[in-house]
Amino acid sequence: MNTEVKNYDTQAEQIIETQGYDDHFHDHHHGDKYQSGFFGKYIFSLDHKIIGRQFLITGMIWAIIGAAMSVIFRLQLGFPEADLEWLKPILGKWIIVDNGIGSLSQEFYYALVTMHGTIIVFFVLTAGLSGTFSNLLIPLQIGARDMASPLMNMLSYWFFFLASMVMLFSLFLSTGPFAGGWVAYPPLSALPQASTGSGAGMTLWLISLVLFVVSTLLGGVNYITTVLNLRTKGMSLWRMPLTIWAFFVTAVIGLLSFPVLVAGFLLLMFDRSLGTSFYLSEIFIGGQALDHVGGSPILYQHLFWFLGHPEVYIIILPAMGIVSEVLSVNSRKPIFGYRAMVYSILAIAFLSFIVWAHHMFMAGVNPFLSSIFTIFTLIIAVPSAVKVFNWITTIYKGNFRFNPASLFAIGFVSMFISGGLTGIFLGNSVLDIQLHDTYFVVAHFHIVMGVAAFFGMFSGIYHWFPKMYGRFMNETLGRIHFWGTIIGAYVVFWPMHYLGLFGVPRRYYSFDQFDTFRDFGDINQFITIGAILTFFVQILFVINFFYSIWNGRKMKSKNPYKANTLEWTTPIETGHGNWPGKIPTVTRWPYDYGKDGEDYIPQVIPLKEGEEEH
Amino acid sequence: MEVSMQANKAKNNSVHQYKFALYLGIAGLVMMFAALSSAYMVRQGAGNWLEFRLPNMFYVSTVVILLSSVSLRYCLTSFKNGKKTAYISSLLITCVLGVAFLFTQYAGWMEMYNSGIDLKGNPAGSFVYVLTFLHAFHVLGGIAVLGVALYHCLTLSFKVSKQRILRLELTSIYWHFVDILWIYLLLFFILQR
Repeated sequence: MNTEVKNYDTQAEQIIETQGYDDHFHDHHHGDKYQSGFFGKYIFSLDHKIIGRQFLITGMIWAIIGAAMSVIFRLQLGFPEADLEWLKPILGKWIIVDNGIGSLSQEFYYALVTMHGTIIVFFVLTAGLSGTFSNLLIPLQIGARDMASPLMNMLSYWFFFLASMVMLFSLFLSTGPFAGGWVAYPPLSALPQASTGSGAGMTLWLISLVLFVVSTLLGGVNYITTVLNLRTKGMSLWRMPLTIWAFFVTAVIGLLSFPVLVAGFLLLMFDRSLGTSFYLSEIFIGGQALDHVGGSPILYQHLFWFLGHPEVYIIILPAMGIVSEVLSVNSRKPIFGYRAMVYSILAIAFLSFIVWAHHMFMAGVNPFLSSIFTIFTLIIAVPSAVKVFNWITTIYKGNFRFNPASLFAIGFVSMFISGGLTGIFLGNSVLDIQLHDTYFVVAHFHIVMGVAAFFGMFSGIYHWFPKMYGRFMNETLGRIHFWGTIIGAYVVFWPMHYLGLFGVPRRYYSFDQFDTFRDFGDINQFITIGAILTFFVQILFVINFFYSIWNGRKMKSKNPYKANTLEWTTPIETGHGNWPGKIPTVTRWPYDYGKDGEDYIPQVIPLKEGEEEH
Repeated sequence: MEVSMQANKAKNNSVHQYKFALYLGIAGLVMMFAALSSAYMVRQGAGNWLEFRLPNMFYVSTVVILLSSVSLRYCLTSFKNGKKTAYISSLLITCVLGVAFLFTQYAGWMEMYNSGIDLKGNPAGSFVYVLTFLHAFHVLGGIAVLGVALYHCLTLSFKVSKQRILRLELTSIYWHFVDILWIYLLLFFILQR
């Protein structure tokens, strides 16, 4: 270590003043007019940092609702005989009391499973994750005053809010919310009379998701434009932090795949309301033949999964970007294989578009076609393995700082490996004959894109909380949260692999009627207990989060982690426009940790004479 | 204000950020129509597909929307060259042609319906209805944008400024897009029958 004390943070401040780019942002005051007043500042804010926090808190509320739903249906699965009458005040008529024993209504069980999936996939892990961190970090890390279009950015949040309200409203319908699975396959989704939730519940589900897609596209167009147009001087693409690369590619994937989902929904709406037969053919309901002839439900599956598969990368890529950044900062080492990381993000993004039919192996897809999709699916393991290798190599022999953010980042890698390996099983169309629609699938995707993405999100929240609120979250509670969550998550999802290998099907209300599956009651109880405990550990996080906003340890220096990226050159109370004076310019990449015996060299510090860029 | 957020103008990307964002939006819309086109082809490949002649009105509406694009192009160059009368009159013509397109489309749908091609019937017909409805919906958006342009044209004093050129350019990019989209759909329906 260098004995000479160098305060790069004060130096950075001077360098920005002398060498920064002067865009005369603060010369004219109309730039700040929308910051005045409570509504302008906190409600209809145009500031990317506030919008990011709006996404985060809305996402957290949805996460609590979605997780509470899973606890309720886990109670049914683990303790089918238990008396659930105590839930009557919340669930009302969905708890059926018979002989003094309350049980969960079967329709509502399906509604809970459906809503749990929809909420977590779209509202929490898409809007809550990429919405939060793309908004917060893109302008800060590329050196921009704000997004390309702050107005579109605000609309993006409010469309999400509107989508949330419609979905929330559907939970309180007397016929219940949609109950045909989060993938909304026809005919359950196409025929209002197919089940109780298929009527008004499905209508609201569709409206909500179309609003959600509008929100995602408004946000995504903005993220891409901002990254390509508003980077500060010197911030070439190859000097962008991996977080920005990840958010950028995520937005591109979303832009190309969400419209396809809307196309699928459009045909579904026509089938539902205007009597067309795109997805429906020769169906009997209640002994009555319907008029619909000539449609194909497989067509919907193609359109749905053309979004559906890229969607899992929309969820996981931002988490990967966050983890790369957090691991590098906390191991005080440059990220290993920066370019390989970028190329693997791009490779994953490309492959994500040509593997969708692996969700449909058992839906009657041509076996020859299946083999092609199997090959492409398995190839995804290559860029994924490159990333995992690079994360491990980054922390290897690092001067590692253990804090909640870095622990969750390591947890992410652990989860991503565990869940990724089972993906290799499921990607094979032959193994899928046994494994499809079992708890093996549930275990796989919950670990690899559910828990892993949550870990990435937690890591990002703990790491950038000071940037958001100027205070730190409580570290001890953070560590308890981490250990509780990682142990809990494995307790919940690991045993599901065994259930799945034995063929226990997912989405079943109860296994009492099946001799084959009756033996697994103990495992199901074990999983349920794990789920309840994990849920309460998350409550701890929520308490920590809100307590720390007002009472957390104050942030005293601009750059508490000694990190290189530009967001740590902004003032502690980051105002509108991000930098009080000039915009920083950049001459180096963001991963100069431990270079030439220096602990860290922020991106704004110019290259020394004779110094080579990484 | 928006422009001042750019740290180094024209260094990263020679396209104006709003135009770039619009191109991205168009890319999204292209994906939506591509998805419906491929759904059309997949469904067609499954058999039980009705072959029918496209309504003649669709060719009329093609001429109408092509003319509207030409007149909008003329409008933009006139505005840039400061020719006030040509600018106002061509913008008016574009708006009228835009609305006329919707009427000819409506006549086309009626023609289809009267020849026995019902929305609820064979998917071959349903697809044509859905794709043309969706396109008309985007044209409606285009007319709204043209309406804003017309409102600016009639209420603001005539001044060729950078910002006004940009606005008009954005309007015309979108309008040309819905025009090209219609040509694509027409060719698609003719070739994939």
